[in-house]
Amino acid sequence: MPTWPDVRADFPILHQRVHGHPLVYLDSGATAQKPRAVIAALVRYYEQDNSNVHRGLHALSMRATDAYEAARARVAQFLHAAEPAEVVFTRGTTDSLNLVARGLAADLRPGDVILTTEMEHHSNLVPWQQAAQASGATLRYVPVLGANAEGGLDLAALDQLLTPQVKVFAFTHLSNTLGLLNPAADLCRRARAVGAVTVVDAAQSVGHGPLDVQALGCDFLAFSGHKMCGPTGIGVLYGRRARLDRLPPDATGGGMVASVDYEGARWKPAPERFEAGTPPIAGAIGLAAACDYLDALGREAIARHDQDLAQLAYERLAPLPGIRLLGPATGRRGLVCFAFADVHAHDVVTFADEDGLALRGGHHCNQPLMRKLGLASTTRASFYVYNTAAEIDVLVASLQRTLKFFRG
Amino acid sequence: MSADLTELYQQVILDHNRRPRNRGRLPTANRVAHGDNPSCGDQCSVYLRLDGDRIAELSFDGSGCAISQASASLMTTQLKGKTTAQAEELYRQFHDIVTTGQTPGEISDLAAFAGVHTFPARIKCATLGWHAALNALKGDAAPATTELPSD
Repeated sequence: MPTWPDVRADFPILHQRVHGHPLVYLDSGATAQKPRAVIAALVRYYEQDNSNVHRGLHALSMRATDAYEAARARVAQFLHAAEPAEVVFTRGTTDSLNLVARGLAADLRPGDVILTTEMEHHSNLVPWQQAAQASGATLRYVPVLGANAEGGLDLAALDQLLTPQVKVFAFTHLSNTLGLLNPAADLCRRARAVGAVTVVDAAQSVGHGPLDVQALGCDFLAFSGHKMCGPTGIGVLYGRRARLDRLPPDATGGGMVASVDYEGARWKPAPERFEAGTPPIAGAIGLAAACDYLDALGREAIARHDQDLAQLAYERLAPLPGIRLLGPATGRRGLVCFAFADVHAHDVVTFADEDGLALRGGHHCNQPLMRKLGLASTTRASFYVYNTAAEIDVLVASLQRTLKFFRG
Repeated sequence: MSADLTELYQQVILDHNRRPRNRGRLPTANRVAHGDNPSCGDQCSVYLRLDGDRIAELSFDGSGCAISQASASLMTTQLKGKTTAQAEELYRQFHDIVTTGQTPGEISDLAAFAGVHTFPARIKCATLGWHAALNALKGDAAPATTELPSD
């Protein structure tokens, strides 16, 4: 397992006690903690450069504009985008997916098909339901295989589903409940063969390993800063230039217009066209600092660390009596989701909290999948660069105590 | 285990969680209401047979944490035979118990939920079944066989 001896020292928040126990933060799938370098970038910006961008001619405004645009270039490099203009700053993954779904809906007609999958987070599901309703297009789902979704996407069914009527194929890169990485490059290639636009939800994957949008071959890719050590309130919609230029703007107002008269307005080109109003400037700068931080750790090494911890957690949890683990037994990425028939996830999470553990309990914004699997709610432990094998021992011991309490 | 946690998961609550009372659909019900907690996915349906203004019989069904299931189970034992006004008064007292931790002397088993007040996130769990019951009392008479809209 790759380890970075000083990595925990980079995260001030980890060094505290919760209910008298050292904090064991296993909820990075919900949001990641922030290294000092990211916090310092935010403080530096607010203490030295804070100003509005693309508007002022004074020194601070120019510094802020330069820093904001440098952040865009840094994110483009992080994604291996062809150019910075392919990076649109948004409020987060949900905002990005809404922007692209509403934009693409304008070109959809009855008879067209939007294809997504049964494992999507609500943020990559509800916007497409809305797009289908608005346009008259049909929404279809690629099935998930296995009683515990251990088989991943039904790739044989995908061949039948990917007809020329499919105009959009939207799917998650890494499932937030199954810990399963979809073969995104292959899915994009197959979608491209029928002329479908591809939209990848990379919220869980982007900070957890190498990611190259050109190698993936996707048209759009969405993610949030806060799940990759960046601030909340900043996200990205990557769009291949040719696609982005054809996408209509969503929010309109200042900053996105080339010229305005009383009769109407003309838009700026991408990315400004999608960034009406004052953008999350500090967020973008913090996100760029997060890119620096993760690249310095090494993204291959982060992916290995994630996989090693998830594998260890799966193997340590599997022997617990009555446990049901979701997703594949091997090859999983940085999280495990599990349920007990007789002890509810919220009781598990409340007991774990008393032991200083931060876990997630609930449907994980995955209600349709949970329902399909016959589950109302599960517990999730998710891992990141600062987690250790010893923390998995704490998790297992806590679960054993909880089960003993409820089962007597 | 901390004192707060022991207080939250009282023996009465664990008992109702392990062996829920009046669980399942009530075939003779003339009122039904469904409650859910969208933030956690807990669900609770309450079935009532109202005889005039009096709850002649009631049951609950659903899924959720020990607190929500035990609370709904215990509630069914408390509401049987009560009028709408009495049920509302009992809920008011229960709500005070779970939000303040203070227990009036005359309330028996409901006092087991006093520990909830130190876990504000769990107050909704404890009140879910009660909300469904009060909605059922207020709602139109509906055949018990009607499929629940969010199932």
